[in-house]
Amino acid sequence: MTIASFEPAALLAVLPEILLLALAGLILTLDMIFRDRRGTYLSWVTSAGLAAILVVTLVYSRPGEEQLILGGMVREDWLGFAFKVVLLFAAAVTALLSQGVEGVRDRGEYYALLVVATLGMNLMATAADLIMLFLAIETTSIPLYVLAGFLKGDDKSTESGLKYFFFGALTSAVMLYGFSLLYGFSGETNIYFLAEGMRAGEVSPWLMAAMAALVLVGFGFKISAAPFHFWAPDVYEGAPTSITAFISTASKAAGFAVLVRFMMAAFPAIEAQWSLLLAILAAATMTVGNLIALVQSNIKRLLAFSSISHAGYALIGLVALNHLGSASLVFYLATYVVTNLAAFGVVIVFARTAGSDEIADYAALSRRSPGLALALLVALLSLGGMPPLAGFVAKFYVFAAAVEAGYIWLAFLGVLNSIVGLYYYLTILKVVYLYRSEDEDKPVPVPGVYAAALGVCALLIVAIGALSGPWLEWALRVTGGLF
Amino acid sequence: MAFPILSIIVFTPIVFGLALLLFPAHRHREIRIAALVGASITTVLSIWAYFTYDQALGGYQFVEKIPWIPALGISYHVGVDGMNLPLVLLTGVVIFTGVLISWGIDDRPREFFAFLFILATGVFGVFVSLDLFQLLFFYEIAVFPMYLLIAIWGWKVTREYAAMKLTLYLFVGSVIALVGALAMYFASGLGTFDLLALEGAGFSTGFQRFWFPFVFFGFAVLGGIFPVHNWSPDGHVAAPTAVSMFHAGVLMKLGAFASLRVGIMLMPEGAKFWAPLILVLATVNVVYGAFIASVQTDFKYVIGFSSVSHMGLVLLGFASLNLDGLTGAGIQMFSHGVMTALFFAVVGVVYDRAHTREIPKLGGFIRPLPLAAVAFIIGGLVSMGMPGFSGFIAEFPIFMGLWQRAPIVAIVAAISIVITASYIMRVVGNVFFGEMPKEFEGHISPIKVQDKVALVMLAVILVIVGVYPRIMAPLVQSGAQAILALVGGA
Repeated sequence: MTIASFEPAALLAVLPEILLLALAGLILTLDMIFRDRRGTYLSWVTSAGLAAILVVTLVYSRPGEEQLILGGMVREDWLGFAFKVVLLFAAAVTALLSQGVEGVRDRGEYYALLVVATLGMNLMATAADLIMLFLAIETTSIPLYVLAGFLKGDDKSTESGLKYFFFGALTSAVMLYGFSLLYGFSGETNIYFLAEGMRAGEVSPWLMAAMAALVLVGFGFKISAAPFHFWAPDVYEGAPTSITAFISTASKAAGFAVLVRFMMAAFPAIEAQWSLLLAILAAATMTVGNLIALVQSNIKRLLAFSSISHAGYALIGLVALNHLGSASLVFYLATYVVTNLAAFGVVIVFARTAGSDEIADYAALSRRSPGLALALLVALLSLGGMPPLAGFVAKFYVFAAAVEAGYIWLAFLGVLNSIVGLYYYLTILKVVYLYRSEDEDKPVPVPGVYAAALGVCALLIVAIGALSGPWLEWALRVTGGLF
Repeated sequence: MAFPILSIIVFTPIVFGLALLLFPAHRHREIRIAALVGASITTVLSIWAYFTYDQALGGYQFVEKIPWIPALGISYHVGVDGMNLPLVLLTGVVIFTGVLISWGIDDRPREFFAFLFILATGVFGVFVSLDLFQLLFFYEIAVFPMYLLIAIWGWKVTREYAAMKLTLYLFVGSVIALVGALAMYFASGLGTFDLLALEGAGFSTGFQRFWFPFVFFGFAVLGGIFPVHNWSPDGHVAAPTAVSMFHAGVLMKLGAFASLRVGIMLMPEGAKFWAPLILVLATVNVVYGAFIASVQTDFKYVIGFSSVSHMGLVLLGFASLNLDGLTGAGIQMFSHGVMTALFFAVVGVVYDRAHTREIPKLGGFIRPLPLAAVAFIIGGLVSMGMPGFSGFIAEFPIFMGLWQRAPIVAIVAAISIVITASYIMRVVGNVFFGEMPKEFEGHISPIKVQDKVALVMLAVILVIVGVYPRIMAPLVQSGAQAILALVGGA
């Protein structure tokens, strides 16, 4: 692979990022001009802007030939494109959901930071150079640290931001050390040339595995894989719920985008070690996430642990290191993003009225708002892997990939884990549908914008689950370039 | 393309179920009528399919095949033959009577019927499935709504426990079977989930012996096989009446059918290897289930354990791996389904009036509820395998098949007939005859017309199959023959 010489057309590949930067500027400008105007108009601007960028991406930014562009900093390919679509969708929905979150809904800098974080994530999905990759990760992380701690008056939010920052800084440092070793031994910073450089330098596989492990610390933090998951519950619980949704979906998907590209490109020589390392990581991640989720009483914490376990399932797709595996990973992440956004959407709507995130307070939700209860049912059952919802086929594909690669034990561990998951999702639904409450005569109003957002997510969950053929074809096509 | 009758049968319930959710919650009457309309359409179509199936032609009929997930060779592929057609009819009958029996549900009937109909779609989908992925897909759709139905509308005392236990048991079974299905898919090298193609995949004997237990026992959990039968009586008892009917009447057949369809038919060598173990476990089911049923004092638990016992006979029929055994098992699935639905309907009718199910506290119910008593007695005679009732048509071939395969098992299992007779007699004697306790005198309201229709319909079916077995036996036999062709003789 060679680096294509610069042509103005190459800028089309980064058009979404350019537009994101412009959008962030626009938001800040609007906020300054209409300083006295309070309300939700910024949420609409952000959301509409992100949706427009999504459309532009779909129309103008479709990759042609797969190639390294802009001096090798980014790679123009279908994988990156697919992740960009998912990330922009997640950001647009998050911006919409932010309307209901007290303390952030009318803050210009909040929306600007959200857009900048999205910009970083988009670059993570396409970065092909260690330096670009590091910058992208930091461009994503730093706004997220601020956003997590955005509610200044709230101790938990402050704790959330601080904890996220400390963990992030530490894992970044370790990852950077790994990057420096990679450069030192191969003499290359472009991840597509690393493998060649290693071969030329006759680097021993074990040394490579050690470097891979260092890099994995940074990526593991982003996707909240065990044992780098300790930040997740506290950060999820304390952060404004819209940001929790964003971190648990978009940020995680971006982390996986980096992981899948890096694994496939940089270390073909140590596939066996890699695969085993990832298998152990996947097994530990899903088991730890699920077991601790069992005892949670706060729905945000529960969803935090559940999201850890989902990182574990998604990793299974990567373990397989085959075409179906990487396609199943992309498919899994896309469905997971949609599903988790729906779940957090319900949490936000409920907290608007009830002011609580305790699971016990969800009692009689099915009487207070049958529609909201149904949305939660769809989201949780999809997370639990129940057909005809998206979560079932997504799990089916990753387990299929594991079986195809001969990881039968991992597939068994995965399915048993999904039973544990099902148990705690059912306990929430039990509270929602079965338990009575003193407040059951007080309806939980669902404003139109939420009804629309939740409706779109729920429809997507059902559509992806029942008619997954085209989606899988798409996932197979976008990952085809990796092999 | 021909009229897609099977697809209409499969999807009518879920369409109605989702449409019900759009009704205003308080319009109970309209909701019930809409539910009945949906159930009627399904039932009429399943009866129609049953009688228009061309027996002379045999094989899979009403076949539809549409690519679903082409990348993995998955199709939406449905068809019926002699083995699954009676089960489609059974499901049609139970959904119709179940809606009638649930007429009195006042707490959120909209959600109740919606979940019940989603469940029905799952059940139909499994029975007509000719694609392995599709089978698993519908299988889980069938199992899940059970949780909410039991947990929300069930018996207050045990519903949370029983619902969770049932769900977890069944899902552990189904996901283990799922891994087995994936192993078959990749081992076959055919790149298809089509069941008919996989039948000819020629898995090695070693592969079959290793993977058969995962698939067979994974599904057999839902069939109530010993020692993982425990979820079933608890679930039956905790469930509201219509759900018990569905659960014992149809869902347990789902497990048995799937273990036959995927386990035995795709891995016949594995089936032969593991048949002795299945025989032993199923014998325990039959005898132990009957014994436990005979010492219960709760009316509903008696029926719950009797299901464990009768499902054991189905599994024994499978494990005999010969024509008589498989035919008997096929008829038994239908006969037991209708019978147990009838039993639970009667239990529901009695409990709604007496508010207790303790057998010693009941008595003399034949006077206020003569129809319920007669229906129960008919069910009891079926359960004992009396000639002239469908139970005989089912159990006699099973025992014939067993005798050819393992006479000792036939003898041991036959003990259960005596025990069954004893507990049925005890229930009939103590609940319907004898003195009526004082507190019930004059407080027992007469049976509602919806319940009457349901009970009569179920009882009549049992008698028709009993006195005119030609309506079902040759059909099931043709299905059994097809299975035998795969297994390759006894």
